Amino acid sequence: MWKWLHPYAKTERAYALCLTLQPWFWVGAVLCLSVGTVWGLAFAPQDYQQGDSFRIIYIHVPSAILSMGTYVAMAIAALVGMVWQWRTAYMSMIAMAPIGAVMTFIALFTGAAWGKPMWGAWWVWDARLTSELILLFLYMGVIALYGAFEDKQQAGKAAGVMALVGVINIPIIHYSVEWWNTLHQGATISKFDNPSIAPEMLWPLLINLLGFALFIGAVTTVRLRNEIVLREMHRPWVQKLASRVLEGSK
Amino acid sequence: MQFDSFADFFNMGGYAFYVWLSFGITFTAMLIVAVQSYVKHKSLLNTVMVEKARQTRIKKAREEESRKA
Repeated sequence: MWKWLHPYAKTERAYALCLTLQPWFWVGAVLCLSVGTVWGLAFAPQDYQQGDSFRIIYIHVPSAILSMGTYVAMAIAALVGMVWQWRTAYMSMIAMAPIGAVMTFIALFTGAAWGKPMWGAWWVWDARLTSELILLFLYMGVIALYGAFEDKQQAGKAAGVMALVGVINIPIIHYSVEWWNTLHQGATISKFDNPSIAPEMLWPLLINLLGFALFIGAVTTVRLRNEIVLREMHRPWVQKLASRVLEGSK
Repeated sequence: MQFDSFADFFNMGGYAFYVWLSFGITFTAMLIVAVQSYVKHKSLLNTVMVEKARQTRIKKAREEESRKA
């Protein structure tokens, strides 16, 4: 059933797929991010309690959701690498890690800049904030562990185990606002049957969410290509590619 | 537009510092990770060429060694 997927385990095929997807990801990301951000900043109505400070939601919520989404994607890649021994799976795992870390940083930073005017504090040791900070450390741990091994196949395995164990943190982040009495508010948009946000505020948020996702896709394709070039340096097709690209840019 | 003027827009109802700081840092961070990935790509391709040249040099030197011997 999944046989069509097998050729993409080959690095050359995966590289070609990245090149095909990349422009679409970029076009979509730039389009969605500009529409969503301008709409959210200038055209969405003010919040009746928080005034204009609520507009931070348009980057805070997408980056927070996708910091977790990227982590899950990374863990799935690690699992595929372990079960089917795909080198490309480990490569995509490590390609996603820095972007996920950036998303986590953005979620934490924008959260702090929103917390200061609304709660009166940049940071509180609340369950939601603390578990999201742990997510940042998990990303850094995966990157550092991968970097610590000379043999990259071993590195992929070690970092993959760490990524998989860290998945336990994802439900903790998600349910932290229900399990503990947090200063952070509860879920807003994930309850689709009864959303607690007005549609004219929700639309730009969803567009920006898509924009962030496409951006992550775009950067992942670039970084996966980097990882492939690094690991397959001695392969003739990579050497041909390098000389062709470098000649073309001269 | 929810704001009466551009000055109003930039003021963000008094939350200008927090709102613009958040958006500024966000897009700067995204730009940095994207640009870094492309710069890395270029330098990797250069490394590939350097490595290739090194391999050819080693091969050539070995051949000369064996011819002398």
